[in-house]
Order: sequence, then C-alpha cells, then structure tokens
Amino acid sequence: MSDSIVSLQGVYKRFGKNTVVRDMNLEILEGEFLTLLGPSGCGKTTTLRMIAGFEETSAGSITVQGESVENKEPYQRDVNTVFQNYALFPHMTVFNNVAYGLTIRKVPKAEIASRVADMIDLVQLKGYEDRKPDELSGGQKQRVAIARALINNPKVLLLDEPLGALDLKLRKQMQVELKRLQKRLGITFVYVTHDQEEALTMSDRIAVMREGVIEQLGTPTDIYDYPGTRFVAGFIGESNLFDGVVEELLDGLMRIRTKAGSLLVQGEGFALGEQLHVSIRPEYVEVAKEPVDGFDIQGRVKDFIYMGTVVKTAVDLKDGQEIKYSRFEQDQSIQPGDTVYLSWKPSRAVAIKMGTEAEERYEEEK
Amino acid sequence: MKKKNRLPALAMAGPVSVWMILFVTIPMFFIIFISFMSRGIFGDVVYDPSMESYLTLLDSTYFNVISKSLKVAAFTTLACLGLGYPFAYYIAKRPKDQAAKYITLIMIPFWTNTLMRLNSWLLLFQTSGPVNNFLQNSGITDAPVRFVYTDELVALGMVTSMLPFAVLPMYSSIEKLNKSLLEASADLGADAKTTFQKITLPLTFPGIFSAIILVFIPSLGVYTVPDMLGGGKVLYIGNIIKNQFGMIRNWPLGAALSCLLIAITGLLIFLYTRFTSIEEMEVV
Repeated sequence: MSDSIVSLQGVYKRFGKNTVVRDMNLEILEGEFLTLLGPSGCGKTTTLRMIAGFEETSAGSITVQGESVENKEPYQRDVNTVFQNYALFPHMTVFNNVAYGLTIRKVPKAEIASRVADMIDLVQLKGYEDRKPDELSGGQKQRVAIARALINNPKVLLLDEPLGALDLKLRKQMQVELKRLQKRLGITFVYVTHDQEEALTMSDRIAVMREGVIEQLGTPTDIYDYPGTRFVAGFIGESNLFDGVVEELLDGLMRIRTKAGSLLVQGEGFALGEQLHVSIRPEYVEVAKEPVDGFDIQGRVKDFIYMGTVVKTAVDLKDGQEIKYSRFEQDQSIQPGDTVYLSWKPSRAVAIKMGTEAEERYEEEK
Repeated sequence: MKKKNRLPALAMAGPVSVWMILFVTIPMFFIIFISFMSRGIFGDVVYDPSMESYLTLLDSTYFNVISKSLKVAAFTTLACLGLGYPFAYYIAKRPKDQAAKYITLIMIPFWTNTLMRLNSWLLLFQTSGPVNNFLQNSGITDAPVRFVYTDELVALGMVTSMLPFAVLPMYSSIEKLNKSLLEASADLGADAKTTFQKITLPLTFPGIFSAIILVFIPSLGVYTVPDMLGGGKVLYIGNIIKNQFGMIRNWPLGAALSCLLIAITGLLIFLYTRFTSIEEMEVV
C-alpha cells in the first residue's frame, strides 16, 4: 500500500436543507480495498457518487491522482462504477455491454474483440457473449457489470452495493471472487455496503459512516476489536455495552462502576470519575459459578440461542440489562435459572469515550 | 377444475369480444366484400363481382390524391415527432407533479370539440381575420394572405390535432428509461450526445414508433380537418372516402379506398410488432 489515489477534503453534500455528508476527510490509498460501511441514509452512496461525478460537492474538494475532479464530468473521470442494480444496457448483448467503453473511445475493432474476450474470460462468462441482459441470472449480470467497468482500466473502481440483490450463497461466493479479482488486478476498490460481515470479509480498510460522518476508519481487525464509538461497537458484530464511571485507575487498567456491578477494562486517557461506555464481545465473556477477582457482575441465566456454529447464552443482570456470551459448544453444567458471575480479560474489553450529548441521546432512542 | 376457470374468463372477455365481432369485424368484412362489387345506376350496390373499383384507384386522379395524402400524413408525423420528442423529454425529466401539469395542458385539446376548434381557426385565418390584420398592420405583408382552404393550413391543423398523440407515448417511454443507464453510459466515457444516440434513442424507440402509428394512421384517414380547413376543395383520401359513401354514392369505390387504408395501416402495425420485438441496435 502506498500513496493516496483519491483524496476527499472537507467534503460536504447538502440536498436542500438536508446535509447528507459533512466535513468528510478521507485518503483512499492506491491498490487498497476500502469499504464505506453504514446503515442506509448514512451518506455512503452519496460519497461514492460524488467521486464518480454524478453528484456535485456542496463544499470541499475531491482529487483523483492529485488532480481536482471538480470540473470534470463523469465521462472525463478515470474512475468506473459498478451500479447497485447493474444498469446493464438492455438492448445490447453481453459483448456489446462489455465493449461499450472501448467503442466510445473508438478503439480499433480487432483490439476491442480481443480485450472483450479477455475480460469475459476473467469474469467466467465465456459462451454468454451473445445473450441479452434479461437472459442472464443475477450473478451473471453482476459479472457483466464488473467486466464492463474493468475493461476501461480505471484507476479506481467504485462499487455501490454490488451484491445487494443476490441471494446469500451467491453473495458469499462473489465476495471471495471480487476480493481475488481486486488482489490480482491491483486496482483500488471503493466499496459501499451496509452489510458489516461483507465489509469485514473483503476490506483492507473500513470507513464506518453514520449521519454523513466517518465514525471510524481502520482495518477490519481494528474496527472489530477496538470500536472507537458506541455506534461502531453496536453496528459491527454484536457487543455487550455497559455505561459506567471510572472508579479507580490501576496502571493501565480501570475499575468501572456500573449499575450492574463493577468491572475491569484496559484503557488510558480517562480521568477518575469520567463517564464512559465499556464494550465486550460475546465471545470474550467468561462465565463462572464463583465470583471472579476484580469483577462483581452477577446474573441469572435466561436461555440458550442456537446459532449453528455457536451457542449464545443470554444472562439477565441485576439492573435488568441482558448480556450475551457465545461458545462453540453449550456448557452442560450451566442451566437456565442458574446464578453466574461474568468476567473477562480486561484487555479484551474496550473503553469508549462518551459522545456529545446529542449523539448519546440519538443512541438512547435506538 | 377447468370448468370452474372458464366462466370468469368468459364473463370478463366475452362482452367485448362479442361487441367487437358484431360492430367491427363483421362491418369490416362487409366493406371488403362491397369493394369487390359494382355500383348500380342509382348509386346503389349491385352484387355483381367486379374489380372495377380497384382499377379506378390506378387512375392518376386517385393516385395523386393518395400520394398527396401520404405526403401530408408523413409531414404531420415528422413534425409531431420533431416537436413532440424534445417536449416529451423535457417533461419526463421534470418532477412528477410538474410533469402531471404539463400532461394535463397537452390533453386540453381533447376537451374541446374538434369542429368548434377548426371553425375558430377559419375565423382567425380568414382574409379579414385577426391574423391577416396583424400581418398587414405590422407591415409584414402588403395584401391579405390566403390561408384558408390551402394545403399548408390543413397540414398546420393536422399537426395541431395530432401532437398530443405523439407526445404521450414518447413521454411514457422516456419516463420509463432507467436513469442509472444514462449514468452508466457517462461513467463509461460517453458524452451527452453519444449517450443520447446509443442509449436514450434506441431504448425510447418503442415510444417513437407508437407515436408514428398513432399520428400517421389517423392523419391518413382524417376528413374533418381537410373538410373544414381545406373547404372540401383540397382532396385527401379521408374526404374522398366520405364523399363516395355520401354525396357521390359510389360505395364500392369508397370501400376499395378504405381497404387501401386498412392495408397501409396493417403494414405499419406489422412493422411495429417486428421492430419492438427486436429493438436492438448494433454498437460494434
């Protein structure tokens, strides 16, 4: 990974009174697979469309390879897009769809024929050249859309929820294929999705967005293991969240007082008496029948939820909060109604700063 | 099971089918039948098979009328497409509520009586009418211009009355056009003009062809416009047919002319079904 290829600086997008993207700063690196991840309406697609040139920025600047694209029409930009619903030209064959970009550039016919053949090979659609889009399955349409974009050798490929319309199995398969394709071609992919699992599987880096703002930017591991905000902790994977106050600072560890009892978490930069959130993933929660040193979180086992690969256990805490922990196999010694003591390695839990009042209220409402 | 399904189908499609057979199919066959009969001395139909009516059509008088009718219909169609497509495109790109208002405006001519509208044209365009007064007062012309009872005014009247039929189908096909296809084309390097040629035009072609059919066929057969604005002196297929069945009372000839119209119409519809099922254009 090297230089920045797309750069967004202080980008805003407003539709009337509605601000969809606010003060976005993002450096997309050459050759990386970057995912814009967030719930619908978070501004991820709008961001992509601004890079492609379908939407103008309301403020700020976007550069591609160091060059401002402000005054460039979509057809003048060295980026290509794979659209959400493929947007294949229905009146053209697969061959002509893939060849479209080259035809427009008046590439010689012989060269078009060989490049289209290569591209159709690459996306494994040999034999489908003469079909029309409505004679293809969803997965095949998706491949045509990718081939049609890639044949132009774009500097950056923008993908707008490209797998959204496919069924689960096909989606999983295409995720792997897309990732391999990206590695092989070394093209920068900017990928928009609301599916956190997809983002974790495919991305080199993920930008988690909410309400037009990047909440956190980092590798999938960073985002998953060290969520920076309460929103990220809740949106990516499953998290148990505690609200509490720093009661004691112990050399890199903190003792936190919560309504459910006191607990330990690793973390720095917090002051005594500061309010915070603590996030712990279900797979890191440990269960014992006896109290554990440093923890005072007692609960009653409610029920088991079988998920296929893991079994989740729901535990009711004394303040009414429900905590889930997951195991690959069910522990037969623990039954619903049992009293258990929960704990974890303090390094596995994440201390999260309180957001602004507005953010906190927003989260509460959810 | 099968019996159960048959009754609703019969109830739904039956009445219209019977109606159409009684009042369209049978009369049409009757017209075809009459066209092969001969005319009696008193203007009645004599059931004596003859090709005479069709041979008469080959006469240069009729040939000229037919070719002039085709020309005027073609002109009307082209003018309606040329004026209608940009307008249809414009309203298709407006927000939905605005587009609905434009569509309503386009429909207004349907709410007024055709004869009344055409009569008002005669008043406006007559030698001492407002249009001529304006032209003379503003010094554009010295003497009154003869508008009424000319081919030009007939053509103008035809375009005016046919324009809505051109705009509506073209509007609906442009409006259906998926916006992301245009974006995809731009994304792949096509400028606005190329996108129009390669994407918009081919994909809205069904609408254009519907417009051609909806304008050309009535333009060919219409007799109110040439009768009123042409004063009956300017002859087209439409008013000739009307005259054969009316004043002149040569039903077989009128029927033969009608059959000719049916044949032209049938050919166009045949072409339409061919084109819309293929509706493809080579790119490479």
